[in-house]
Amino acid sequence: MLSNAGANSAGAARFKLGTWGWVAVFVLAALVPLFGPSGYLLDIGVNIMIYAMLAYGMNVLLGYTGQLPLAHAGFFGIGAYTVGILTLKAGWSFWLAWPVAVALCAVLGLLLGLVAFRTKGDAFSIFTLGVGVIIMLVINKWDALTGGNEGLNGINPPAGLEALSKGVGLKLSAGFYYLALIALILTVLAVARARGSVFGRSLIAIRGGEDLARSAGIDVFTHKLRAMMLSTAIAGFAGGVYAVYVGFLGSASAGPAMTFTVLLYLLAGGLGTLAGPLIGPALLYTLTQSLKGLQDYQYIVFGPLLVLLIMFAPQGLAGLWMKAQARRELAAVTGKKGAERA
Amino acid sequence: MLDSSVGTGSNSVGTELLRVEGLGIRFGGLHAVKDVTATIPAGQITAIIGPNGAGKSTFFNLISGFYKPTTGRIIFGGEDITRLKTHEVVASGMARTFQTTTIYKELSVLENAMIGHRVRTRAGLLDALLRTGRERKDEQESRDAALTALTRVGIAAHAGRPAGAMTQEGQKRVGIAMALASNPKLLLLDEPAAGMNPEETVSLMALIRELVAGGLTVTLVEHKMSLVMSLADHILVLHHGQKISEGVPAQVSRDPAVIEAYLGSHAHGGQMGQATVAATGEAPHA
Amino acid sequence: MSTFLQQLFNALALGGVYALVALGLTLVYGVMRVPNFAHGGLYMLGAYLSYAVLTGLGWGYVPALLISAVGVALLAAFMERVIFYPMRNAPHVHPMIAAIGVLFFLEAAVQLVWGPDFKQITEPVPGIVNVGGVIVTWQRLLVIAASVVVMLGLNYFLKRTLTGATIEAMSQNREGARLVGVNTNRVGMMTFAISGALAAAAATLIAPIISVSPSMGEVMNLKVFAIIILGGMGSVPGAIVGAFLLALAEVFGGYYISLDFSDVIGFAMLVIVLALKPQGLFKRGT
Repeated sequence: MLSNAGANSAGAARFKLGTWGWVAVFVLAALVPLFGPSGYLLDIGVNIMIYAMLAYGMNVLLGYTGQLPLAHAGFFGIGAYTVGILTLKAGWSFWLAWPVAVALCAVLGLLLGLVAFRTKGDAFSIFTLGVGVIIMLVINKWDALTGGNEGLNGINPPAGLEALSKGVGLKLSAGFYYLALIALILTVLAVARARGSVFGRSLIAIRGGEDLARSAGIDVFTHKLRAMMLSTAIAGFAGGVYAVYVGFLGSASAGPAMTFTVLLYLLAGGLGTLAGPLIGPALLYTLTQSLKGLQDYQYIVFGPLLVLLIMFAPQGLAGLWMKAQARRELAAVTGKKGAERA
Repeated sequence: MLDSSVGTGSNSVGTELLRVEGLGIRFGGLHAVKDVTATIPAGQITAIIGPNGAGKSTFFNLISGFYKPTTGRIIFGGEDITRLKTHEVVASGMARTFQTTTIYKELSVLENAMIGHRVRTRAGLLDALLRTGRERKDEQESRDAALTALTRVGIAAHAGRPAGAMTQEGQKRVGIAMALASNPKLLLLDEPAAGMNPEETVSLMALIRELVAGGLTVTLVEHKMSLVMSLADHILVLHHGQKISEGVPAQVSRDPAVIEAYLGSHAHGGQMGQATVAATGEAPHA
Repeated sequence: MSTFLQQLFNALALGGVYALVALGLTLVYGVMRVPNFAHGGLYMLGAYLSYAVLTGLGWGYVPALLISAVGVALLAAFMERVIFYPMRNAPHVHPMIAAIGVLFFLEAAVQLVWGPDFKQITEPVPGIVNVGGVIVTWQRLLVIAASVVVMLGLNYFLKRTLTGATIEAMSQNREGARLVGVNTNRVGMMTFAISGALAAAAATLIAPIISVSPSMGEVMNLKVFAIIILGGMGSVPGAIVGAFLLALAEVFGGYYISLDFSDVIGFAMLVIVLALKPQGLFKRGT
């Protein structure tokens, strides 16, 4: 079920439209490598999809549950390093290491949640920020396991990915593109299902007001824990793709700066929407890459942008679009009623 | 007597549904509620009244499990629910509304009611991800229960509207529907008439009577004395966090302790005047 | 023994600086309920402004400190007017996110103007002093003395002046302060200005000991947040105690356990304390 989040009165027609929209987007995305694009273009595509997955994970907590998790990149790092370490040092296959990394992130997310959700609101965010820093520092200092400052080098592409790509006449870069695309589709599907469920409605209730949710009979703590696990599992899922894609890992990718970047992308795209976490990275990552001069000082622009977004359009681009659509629908309905009366 | 009130929910009128024993809570050094022992009879309307700052809302928050008492016990349907978490209290059959129109204004009326039914469903994250049979069954059940609740409060026709677009009274009804969707035995209403005009108040009172006629037990905190005196079967009076009187309206309104409490707090002297008029002017309803 | 005392002096100097930065943060949180993630950015900017006055204008250390404090105070007040005041009724994560945006901007802007390299501020009083057998640099003594003076001044301000008393009243109880007719509108701006001045003063004090870099704010940010959570968010004494606790843990942990992990120690302490006492060590009066 891929109904658009937030749109509750959506009738069957709109639900189908939303689903077909997503199918169209993914089919178009899947066609891209067939036109023989440059490696640079495919690289941008893969990066966007990895950022998008991260943003979907953050959206589960921030957009649906109303909790700002600032350890998000830490779990991205844990997922990436788990895949890196298991494949490099233990000789595991990526296809085994990846699900293990996801499961590990879910379990660690549960443990973090058990402690972190004892605090509320601002304290929760600051607490998770502290945990995020600890994760980054531990990765940075634990030389024996993570390679410390040197990082982890030479992570191999997933077994069979190159052969598979060559077999259908594509380059390895296209193979990675499809790997990321499939991962992204699974992520979107999982998030959409979670949002559109009895469980997801309870998250929205918690976002709307914890005290009210509690009084309405919702087990707030347990729901937050599950949301946290889904969020960190998705971060780890994205981390696994990242590890095999770039082939080397550094602790910075697990740090708060990464979390803040994902936050910016998510806000730009649209908090609490299903399309937002994809739109934000697609626009902003492309923008950063295309404006070469911007790269070093991107936050001269992005810092104020973040402020303006949260002040004037906290629902992001997807939110603005949905608002406009709702207004059109309302106009159509009232127009029809007027006609009936006349 | 205890056995009869467990489980079934169809309690014969007048038997005890909820009992508090020596209930108290302290905030810092202050006794907001102190040593209250009282009962709420099944199938009736019980009103909790008292001058401003008497601890009515705190008492309310205590029985609904929102605050944890520092002393005493709460027995609901024969079970000790004192230590239960708020959502567990709801699961045990007690639902509440808030003073203000605290509902999910950005969600639809139907979704508000569906949220109220969450406590009766079990589907979790894994059910959602795998779209299990339980997920589909729970979703359907939530929808049905929510529609039933909306029908009971008379706003089923507005199911698709955003709750925030309803009138003040409509929003109160959404709040009541949310509570009813959890299939409670006891419905707690915190100042249901706050912010209502006289017309809306009358229609809300009619709704409350209807619900009670259907077998529900209702307890409310209310400021508007005229409403309390004509609506309640049973009244509990709090003052400075302690119970000073309990009984039928006619009895309570003549209780010297109650009159003194209201006259003593000059801000509400007028209200008590109203109350006396209401109680003596019309015969206490049977 | 002398190494121990040596480390103790280091910890006191570090703790003094932490306290100044954390005090501003906790005051802003108490009054505005904004966890100001930009605070570390203000601190970093303070160091750069002092550097600019010292090297660009060639003025002395004290004028540099004052100019930097005033400059950052004005910027912080401006920030409050333009960003945080208009967002005072937004959901609580919104101002937090805006503050992160400001932090990004300040860092990038400083890097654009002064470059990413480390800068050095020379000690105003070079050399070392022998205090009862313990060798201490003059700068550390200066840091300790200056932070004590500033803290005493702040205490005087909060206790003895009307504006200060208002800030304290508001951080205790916003609604109450509004009810008694305090102009809460201006107080927020004042508090931001004070927090900016404190951060800039702290940065100028510590700058000769450490080096100045655009990323110095991020690390400090995390530490002072750890401190105010430890001390209870909004609590003034909590911030001071938390600051010295963290400094002691870092210095002695770094010395006796491992210098590599001295930064982790602070956060580990935070995680442990919060796991045991979610409200912090000094719970604020509600």
